[in-house]
Amino acid sequence: MTRLRAALSRPLVRRLAEAVVTLVGVSLLTFVVLRVVPGDQITASYGIAAGELSPDQIRSLEAYYGIDRPWPVQYLGWLGGVLSGNLGLSTASGTSVAALTAQALPNTVELAVLAIVVGLLLGIPGGMLAASRPGRARDGATQLGSLLSLSVPSFLLATALATFLANQLGWYPNGEGYRTLLEDPWLNLQQMALPALVLGVSIASPVLQTTRTAILGVRSEDFVRTARAKGVPPRLLQVRHVLRNALIPVVTMTGLQFGFLLSGALVAEQIFAVPGIGRQVLLGLQQKEYAVVQSTVLVIAVMFVLVNLLTDLVYRLVDPRVRAR
Amino acid sequence: MPSVRRPSARATAALTLCAALGLSACGGGATSGTAASGDGRIVVGISADPTQTLPWTVTSKQAIQVLSQVYSTLLDTGANSEPVAGLAELPTVSDDGLTYTFTLKQGVTFSDGSALDSTDVKHTFETIMDPESKATSASYFASVASVEAPDAQTVVVTLSRPDASFPSGLTGTNTGIVPSDADPATLEKTPLGSGPYAWDTRTPNQSITLKRNDSYYGGTPGAAGLEFRVIPDEQAMVSALRTGAVDLTVLDDPITARTAGTGKVTSTAVDSLSYHALQLRASSPTLSDVNTRLAIQCAVSRQEVVDSAALGAGEVTGPITSPQYRSDPAAQPCPEQDLAKAKQYLAAAGTPDGFDLKLMTSQGLYSTAVDEAQAIQAQLGKVGIRVQLESLDSGDYVDRWLAGDFDAAIALNGGSADPNTMYARYFTSKGSFQKVAGYSSPSLDRLFTEGVATTDPAERKAVYAQVSDELVDQAAWVWLFTPKLFLVHDSAMQGLEARTDASLSTLWKASLG
Repeated sequence: MTRLRAALSRPLVRRLAEAVVTLVGVSLLTFVVLRVVPGDQITASYGIAAGELSPDQIRSLEAYYGIDRPWPVQYLGWLGGVLSGNLGLSTASGTSVAALTAQALPNTVELAVLAIVVGLLLGIPGGMLAASRPGRARDGATQLGSLLSLSVPSFLLATALATFLANQLGWYPNGEGYRTLLEDPWLNLQQMALPALVLGVSIASPVLQTTRTAILGVRSEDFVRTARAKGVPPRLLQVRHVLRNALIPVVTMTGLQFGFLLSGALVAEQIFAVPGIGRQVLLGLQQKEYAVVQSTVLVIAVMFVLVNLLTDLVYRLVDPRVRAR
Repeated sequence: MPSVRRPSARATAALTLCAALGLSACGGGATSGTAASGDGRIVVGISADPTQTLPWTVTSKQAIQVLSQVYSTLLDTGANSEPVAGLAELPTVSDDGLTYTFTLKQGVTFSDGSALDSTDVKHTFETIMDPESKATSASYFASVASVEAPDAQTVVVTLSRPDASFPSGLTGTNTGIVPSDADPATLEKTPLGSGPYAWDTRTPNQSITLKRNDSYYGGTPGAAGLEFRVIPDEQAMVSALRTGAVDLTVLDDPITARTAGTGKVTSTAVDSLSYHALQLRASSPTLSDVNTRLAIQCAVSRQEVVDSAALGAGEVTGPITSPQYRSDPAAQPCPEQDLAKAKQYLAAAGTPDGFDLKLMTSQGLYSTAVDEAQAIQAQLGKVGIRVQLESLDSGDYVDRWLAGDFDAAIALNGGSADPNTMYARYFTSKGSFQKVAGYSSPSLDRLFTEGVATTDPAERKAVYAQVSDELVDQAAWVWLFTPKLFLVHDSAMQGLEARTDASLSTLWKASLG
């Protein structure tokens, strides 16, 4: 017991233990919520034709979909499968969830990375611009832009972009069948451009605000004044002293946003037909494919936990004070 | 300091813009051509991946669109949705209406080259009738006693009771003929039929490709292949049509369809067999009095519902939408909104000041459901009927609908070319959807029995006209309108016929100019 307590007092072990508890909690919650919601896979796939199935047919369908067993048996059966590497089967497509995820995850990760890049490219310079003359016109204009990007819903921006580009320029690469980065890099990048832009715009705003606040905070610190008095050239001062220190909260913010993006940018994936993890969950929900939803949500939760751990690590690298704690 | 920061910030922002715009500008030339269709392939946009691939289990429209290209049925449908010759000629029927003899066309093969003969038909029909196979088409075979294959070209189906609707059931994709030696598990992965196109590849949630079946018995299909591409968002589908990435799709949202059809994209509105109805459950205490139901019928303006909820893309309808048996939409106690008459009926029902009514609808089922419910709520409010809307999740809606757990519901129900198939399940006392319909009567039972036993078209028509009259005179439900569907395609596409229900049964004749 004391040994356990001692082990748990070590930060890494404690974080890992917390992660396991979180994952079990997520999986239980997903499992229960899925079954409490009205409707099951039979009504989802047969629709109202389910009313014409005989009791025999319904019993045989329940056995086929594995929903005839008691809940604890279903949960433990699924969990046992997951622990032995079997994420279950999507009956609608006749493919294993592991195979589906292996196909969808790289697309989502690629989209998330590109969206973060767009978000940072818009947000950090925007934040620097706004902080350069706080309270003046330039700051106001940047803030207004940031507010706009935050308040225009993604689905509206996405649809408007798709419609405008198709009508005016005759360009809409997402109508072609989806190609992965390896299959056709050029077409893939074109297909990623619009969703990454739409997502990037929505991320840019919090990044911009965080950057602006952090820069303003750091600039009034004593060490900046000292550096300036020491004669550090302005450009070097901005980059090495101000920006570097201001980036700590931006890294945290980016890590969080990246976690959310990995859980599938549902709207962007749906509108731009990117076969990612968000669409996989949505399709699973629509078709009430319990195994697909449970396993995919678990994969997302694992990634989220990992990204949070990683953010912590990066935090330690950027900020020596955290290392000491 | 600002002088240092300004250029760098601007440069980065400009770079970002260039990245986005540069891609789009360059892309315009690179991908706007019809590369996808240049090789003689037709790309069909579908909004969801088909969830079923065994023909006898299909229910979703996407599954029907795909599998109707892969499988052939014993009978086909003509321009009026009537049964015509398919794999077999129209059957000869014995005088007692119990024996149907089908003669298969000569030399028909499956797309793998193996011969299609009567044992395959017998096997398919028996599979459908087996409860283990969970076939949605089993109800078409409810009257079938036996299926025999006396020789390779002949199939004899014996019924236990006369069933004039039997031939129309054989036109459905869910009765498509499968090879008798194929294992269902294999067929589920790789469908194999005798249709115009043969199964090629599938990427789940993305696309299904089919290749031309050169040995198709109907003739040579117009395209080298078909690709069914999943594009979930309708507006994005329109963009894909505009840029030529997709050649054909079927839309049901009138607003989207309106934005699609210009220039090199053609949008054709077609009639649908399905119908929107305000379902009233006469067996619920609130609506048990016929005067109450008639009051609702008189208070509703069907045209106003079409105009407001469906933007005019529909036609006011009576109960039966089957082209050869269509009900006269004006033949009902209140063909138009008549508030005075509605109040008279309310008084006759003993509720002159109106009553409370719960109306079930669902946002997720189809685009206009909630709008229709709100239009009706406003109309009924004019005579004091206080409608409380219950807007449910689609799963919850279907559950309660199937259980008959509602007083009134807004519904979009599928129709059929045969009126018996359409309504016997709802309005006969032993029908599988009797709980849902909430209305039956000895006279309807008698009429449905008579209708299904009558083979003479004129006599049948007279019987179903009586069915239709009773349904509206009793205000069993309030039938609102049949929606329009939109076949939207590349203007260069030739050969595709605009059929009822936007059926793709003639897609095999289509080619891209």
